[in-house]
Amino acid sequence: MSSARSIGEVLLAVENVSLAFGGVKALTDVSFDVRQGEIRAIIGPNGAGKSSMLNVVNGVYHPQQGAVRYRGEARRQVDPHRAARQGIARTFQNIALFKGMSVLDNIMTGRNLKMRAGLLEQALWLGRSRREELAHREQVEHIIDFLQIEHIRKTPVGRLPYGLQKRVELARALAAEPVLLLLDEPMAGMNVEEKQDMCRFILDVNEEFGTTIVLIEHDMGVVMDISDRIVVLEYGRKIADGLPDEVRNDSKVIDAYLGVSH
Amino acid sequence: MLYREAGQFKTSYAADQQLLPIRQDRVALIVLLAIAYLAVPVVANDYWFNAILIPFLVFALAALGLNILTGYAGQLSLGSAAFMAVGAVAAYNFELRVPGMPLLASFALAGLCAAAVGVLFGLPSLRIKGFYLAVATLAAQFFIPWLLVKVGWFSNYSSSGVITAQPMQIVGYVFEQPVEKYLLVLTVVALMALAAKNMVRSAVGRSWMAVRDMDVAAAVIGIPIMRTKLVAFAVSSFYCGVAGALYAYAYVGTVQPEDLNLDMSFRILFMIIIGGIGSILGSFLGAAFITLLPIFLESALHAITQQFGLDLVPGMTSMVQLLVFGGLIIFFLIVEPNGLARLWQITKEKLRLWPFPH
Repeated sequence: MSSARSIGEVLLAVENVSLAFGGVKALTDVSFDVRQGEIRAIIGPNGAGKSSMLNVVNGVYHPQQGAVRYRGEARRQVDPHRAARQGIARTFQNIALFKGMSVLDNIMTGRNLKMRAGLLEQALWLGRSRREELAHREQVEHIIDFLQIEHIRKTPVGRLPYGLQKRVELARALAAEPVLLLLDEPMAGMNVEEKQDMCRFILDVNEEFGTTIVLIEHDMGVVMDISDRIVVLEYGRKIADGLPDEVRNDSKVIDAYLGVSH
Repeated sequence: MLYREAGQFKTSYAADQQLLPIRQDRVALIVLLAIAYLAVPVVANDYWFNAILIPFLVFALAALGLNILTGYAGQLSLGSAAFMAVGAVAAYNFELRVPGMPLLASFALAGLCAAAVGVLFGLPSLRIKGFYLAVATLAAQFFIPWLLVKVGWFSNYSSSGVITAQPMQIVGYVFEQPVEKYLLVLTVVALMALAAKNMVRSAVGRSWMAVRDMDVAAAVIGIPIMRTKLVAFAVSSFYCGVAGALYAYAYVGTVQPEDLNLDMSFRILFMIIIGGIGSILGSFLGAAFITLLPIFLESALHAITQQFGLDLVPGMTSMVQLLVFGGLIIFFLIVEPNGLARLWQITKEKLRLWPFPH
């Protein structure tokens, strides 16, 4: 497994980011980096600011202080559209699929950015538009194959069980061929078997496509097993950062999770 | 039994992505078009063309336009009739003021004018959603017909802003007879319906639906929300504008912009609610339902009163019509919120398995 993987240079660096909503401080002076090709986990108790952190990275929230450096380029204000162009894709904590569309269409939206045909071409279904639809369909079918969801490709996503919806959402993110993939609790609410499947998929994505992954997860077993390095947040501050074994034995982390007697 | 796709294997993605992947659907469409083009002109009389078929097609096109905006892109609009009015007046002015202007070019330019106005009134959608957006489009509905009457230039200074459509002439041939008008409208509507179907099954349609279903996720995937919404407004208003031009030229002939009022916008909205939100077929089913129902109710009422020798109070018929109409809309909203198109889809799914339940 490790033979194919190579952890490269710093791909994403979060530098002293602070984010507040009015008086509520979601993040305070958080810094960490993500290296090319690694699986980086962000953990922490509920309300620690994990999802806010992801939202800062792909431009849904704009931090008041600090910067996000992506591929060496610092940026304070980036909108989600631009982040997507730069190769950042993500999944959401509570599934954000397009409920009225089929699985296939949902995944195809992931490739919208790569389509060039104009409105008129699409209306006439001519030349480039037709070729593009077919070419991208083929790419999407590879992902459908990869995630083993062939049997549901024409099903409206609203009718699917939770575990499969999570998988379709991963497929949609993968369809964009991201450089950096942000996964917000990809295994929440799954049973053991589904979790194992999802772990396998995440590892496969990382190994086969070389995609860098930032992952938020509550299942400590999973996090310790699959991630290369872990950031721990509590009340919007970073309290630990390092290899799984270091984090596991860090007294601050143990206190954050188990509480301290006063 | 007949409607079954067993044995129709797709060997390429092209085959799987064609317009109608099931062979029976393709046959049905060809038969339907053959009836519309060959049988109907022979069988139907002028009353059928003028009172039923042409209005049905014109409103189907307007409903299609609204369905693109509301059904596919999820932006509620109460301004469809106003955009129709823009289309009607614009086509009239192009024909009037540009010598030798081809009719179809006028229609297309009328659509583009309506699209421009649609984008203008679609700008609020970038900030507001749902009911609040409906109120913003309501402004279009009140403002545009008022403006078209107020500024005399639009109606060539006719009294009370009435425009009278010029004869329809395409490369020297005058479309005068109802059957000719019907065939022209049918062709325009069929082609535009095909274009709409193509749009909703390609990238732009997926962007619309993505914005409708979950706008944050759409943005994160890289769909430009603002542009997508404005394109939806433009395309939708284009359809409404062409429908308005056809309304003026092929259906009523003389248009008072105030006729295209809020009432009309609501009728178009009811068409897509009853026909099916987010369905091309639904736009046609809804338009058929709403244009045919009053005629049907009237003749039914007439038959009933004849049968029992009742004397109806004047105005009773229209009131009973309204009552039944309102009742049916509520009935539909409760029983099948997804409209006639959904009922049709369920029927097809059942047919595929018939005689087995699963």
